[in-house]
Amino acid sequence: MLDHGHGRALGAAVALCVSLTFAGCTDGGSERSVTSQRLVLTGSSTIAPLVADLARQFESQRPGVRIDVQTGGSSRGISDVRQGLAGIGMVSRGLADAESDLVGYKLAIDGVALIVHASNPLVNLTQEQVVEVYTGRVRDWRELGGAPGPITVVHKADGRSTQEVFLGHFGMDPAEVEPSVVIGDNEQGVKSVAGNPGAIGYVSIGAAEASAEFGVPIKPIALDGHVATSESVALGSFPLVRELTLVSNGPLSPLASDFVAFARSPYAREFIEAHYFVAVD
Amino acid sequence: MSPSTKDALLIALLRACAVAAAAVVVLIVAFVARDSWPALRDIGIVRFLSDDWSPTGADPGFGIMPMLVATLVTSAGAITLATPLGIASAVFAHFYAPRGLAVLLRRVMELLAGIPSVVYGLWGLVVLVPLLLRFAPPGQSVLAGTLVLTVMILPTVALMADVALAAVPAPTLQAAHALALPRHAIALKVAVPAARSGIVTGIVLAAGRAVGETMAVLMVCGNVVKLPTSVFDPVRTLTANIALEMGYALADHRAALFVSGLCLLLMWMALASTAGLVRGGRHA
Repeated sequence: MLDHGHGRALGAAVALCVSLTFAGCTDGGSERSVTSQRLVLTGSSTIAPLVADLARQFESQRPGVRIDVQTGGSSRGISDVRQGLAGIGMVSRGLADAESDLVGYKLAIDGVALIVHASNPLVNLTQEQVVEVYTGRVRDWRELGGAPGPITVVHKADGRSTQEVFLGHFGMDPAEVEPSVVIGDNEQGVKSVAGNPGAIGYVSIGAAEASAEFGVPIKPIALDGHVATSESVALGSFPLVRELTLVSNGPLSPLASDFVAFARSPYAREFIEAHYFVAVD
Repeated sequence: MSPSTKDALLIALLRACAVAAAAVVVLIVAFVARDSWPALRDIGIVRFLSDDWSPTGADPGFGIMPMLVATLVTSAGAITLATPLGIASAVFAHFYAPRGLAVLLRRVMELLAGIPSVVYGLWGLVVLVPLLLRFAPPGQSVLAGTLVLTVMILPTVALMADVALAAVPAPTLQAAHALALPRHAIALKVAVPAARSGIVTGIVLAAGRAVGETMAVLMVCGNVVKLPTSVFDPVRTLTANIALEMGYALADHRAALFVSGLCLLLMWMALASTAGLVRGGRHA
């Protein structure tokens, strides 16, 4: 999880092998061997577990195919695809204007949920309240109508797409945020909030629902009356959402194209839902 | 094959091994230095010490000072706590504990030494942090990091001290007994000074582990880039910063993280040579 440096070096090495294999394939034309087909996907740690599951299914249907899934963040996915280090990049947002050189395939939608400790009596926060809390203008739950006590602001580290979605939605500059704790992945965020009755944080709705179902003492809190659940994301009523996108640089290779079609087929839907994401049509 | 040929072969083999081991270290240092160079050249050492840390901002800043302080403070704290505890545990095992208890203590220390750091981190996050939270939120703090590191490095200090005490020559202890010295004097005034070299080695190894520890401190320190004003403040260590951001860093940002890595290497070299000086008096 935190071994991105190594993962990257390894990824580069693997991707090099793959590009060599593929170079061989195209040159060889009809002699393409099924036993040497490999595909590398890198990018968002939010999408990676889902894609890894899909890859296992795909591999079992297609003997001889190897799919490597590596994390490192959405920007890593973009840069790996551009440099040809990965066949497909995983990006947990829509493509930006500056990325119009790439082709995006919408895989699913994920919502970002604000979470608080299960013992917190509050059920809703407004847009303004969230901004006040995260910029340090409000530091006590009493000011928000909750039980008195200092607020522990749990924020994600720079580079995480969840953080970008969060800051983008609330129109906050990264420098204005005054966090009490900075975390890396969703799991650490859930644990930090679960262990602190005064904490507020934000994680993937999928991660929040999975943890809450598991009995972890956290609860998603509504934003401007919009309840943070997979259903409200599916209905399109929840404002804090992002697209999970697979991206490629130019046309996909035949194998990559098959995998993208597989990942967007009705069969893949149950896996997308098992990861608490919302499938798109 | 004559004995002299065998010797020659063995010497050649050993030399090759020694060169290979040294070459790996040199290569690592060279690699880190090479990747840090663009940042050191373009940004300059002064800005690494005086800037804020905002490598992705519109006006990027690359100050690693708060993180350098965080690494120094948590490691120094852990060494300060673990050294007396570790030496005391070894002295107890050697001079006071009944045989069975001493063996048990050693086994426990060996077990502790083998636990992966992520497990210490998890324990810190779900047990220690909520405990500290009762005194001052957010719980993830310098103190949490220091305590987790202390528990992590304690077995290294204790086991090395234990080995060093066992290696104190029997005549030294017999002479002390013959002088009818009390047990505490034999332990603290005779055995510990005689075992100094090994004990210091243990402390240095432990310090290296504390400075380099990443996962555990990442989980319990809070990772806010800020100079701490109390032990309850969250901090981000150099190692945690590299782990949090390396996967997402490009260009100058990436080079700046390599500068953090270079800093850690230099700290370790300084530590190791200090230890050499301390031991030098006896072994030179």
